[in-house]
Amino acid sequence: MFKFFRKEVIILKIYADNAATTKMSRAAIDAMLPYMSKIYGNPSSLHSDGQAAAEALYSARERISQILGCSLKEVTFTSGGSESDNQAIITAAKLGEAKGKKHIISTAFEHHAVLHTLEALEKQGFEITLLDVGEYGLVTAEQVKNALREDTCLVTVMYANNEIGTIQPIKEIGAVCREAGVLFHTDAVQAVGHLRINVAEQNIDMLSLSAHKFHGPKGIGVLFARKGIALRNVIYGGAQERGKRAGTENIPAIIGMAKALENAAANIEANSVKLTKMRNRLINGLSEIPHSILNGDKEKRLPGNVNFCFEGIEGESLLLLLDDKGISASSGSACTSGALDPSHVLLALGRPHEIAHGSLRLSLSEENTEEEIEYIIESVKEVVEYLRNMSPVWRDLVSGKKEFVIK
Amino acid sequence: MALYSEKVMDHFRDPRNVGVIENADGIGEVGNAKCGDIMKIYLKIENDIIEDVKFETFGCGSAIASSSMATEMIKGKPLSEALTLTNKAVAEALDGLPAHKMHCSVLAEEAIKSAIKDYYDKNNIEYNHKLFPDCESCGHCCDG
Repeated sequence: MFKFFRKEVIILKIYADNAATTKMSRAAIDAMLPYMSKIYGNPSSLHSDGQAAAEALYSARERISQILGCSLKEVTFTSGGSESDNQAIITAAKLGEAKGKKHIISTAFEHHAVLHTLEALEKQGFEITLLDVGEYGLVTAEQVKNALREDTCLVTVMYANNEIGTIQPIKEIGAVCREAGVLFHTDAVQAVGHLRINVAEQNIDMLSLSAHKFHGPKGIGVLFARKGIALRNVIYGGAQERGKRAGTENIPAIIGMAKALENAAANIEANSVKLTKMRNRLINGLSEIPHSILNGDKEKRLPGNVNFCFEGIEGESLLLLLDDKGISASSGSACTSGALDPSHVLLALGRPHEIAHGSLRLSLSEENTEEEIEYIIESVKEVVEYLRNMSPVWRDLVSGKKEFVIK
Repeated sequence: MALYSEKVMDHFRDPRNVGVIENADGIGEVGNAKCGDIMKIYLKIENDIIEDVKFETFGCGSAIASSSMATEMIKGKPLSEALTLTNKAVAEALDGLPAHKMHCSVLAEEAIKSAIKDYYDKNNIEYNHKLFPDCESCGHCCDG
């Protein structure tokens, strides 16, 4: 007798896709509202309406720079992580090109905002080295050191990976780059607000961050660039952001971002403890599913990130059934990306295609509860079993016709 | 999920004819795990009629829904009719599939044809080769 699903009346709604985006906090929303209704002037205007907005802009920039450990002039507001990544990389590339240096080092599992920018540069004659991230999704400072050449103009390594959450040795990599006199950029979009970051202490020259990953609004981010780095414009126009990024400043979003970042920074330790406990319980629970594997190092990972592959099933159907159960998650399968290849991150770990297709990413926030974690574990177990029972791939594995990849 | 029609979601949540047929008269398996889609069709054939059909699928919502609908459309039908089943008919019966998911309905059509071909081959029955998918040259699936 085959068991089937019905769309149940959803009583429990669990959001476990915080790596994709987060819910805005009440505090961030409330901080933004006056800047939509009362203080709505253009900061570039001379009148008091404009100047009130300019003051808010200044104050937000000040607060953000304090949290990052840098100075005001080193903070540029952008539309988010992708824009910051683009501007940082293009800047370093152009600076290098002027000195005849056209080699860039990065990793195999960067976000596409980095990888596709590098691909575009490759077409302009740059040489790109992508470091191997190994089975556990970690690169070492040693790898970076060995890859450095006389003509390297940039090293860009993400702080924490968005799919598998693994945390890179940023301070050490920064030190290696400092010694070699090579610019070091980190895409810290997944890390800011969740891990303690100080750009000065960690030898970071440029850093990208995005507000909607830490309960701020979407469409706003920051590019930190150390004093002395002459940013190249991605957007030309007016004189905003010291002429480096044109466009009337999105004051409400900037205020929302500042508020969200302040709250996140104040609660990093407490949130980390709470999340890590839930994350580890989730990892242990899901590990009980036979022929499953955790993607990425178990310890050196973001407090809220869990990513598994389940042999014999496909990710999109997994997500749809979890959605029916009220659980929002994501996957690295090809079907979910719209491409034919599954996630480049999972492939970079060495997962074979058929295994990478059966992946599930759950990313928690401080709002998730231990009760929700138990429900997630039970639901995933149920759904995986159901899908395996209708999978010809699973049948071949179980009957011995094919050998299990995940033992 | 606005991505899929109600019919697709129905066939996905409540797929018809899932399972295997022991000693099936014809078995067809298409797709590959590298692409992320595999469909296997089992046929029980009596007097050239498809008495029973079962399927197994490794794949996304569209793949499962397509296989379910396709088996419903050929169950109890004569082989000659089952051979005329097209992926377009399957997709239409499902009230449409997103453009980038149409290949799932193609896979369903091919799985059924593959099972019928297997039946013909097993019983040395003559057939028109042109009616059947030529996996080497079709290029529908991604490159192996």
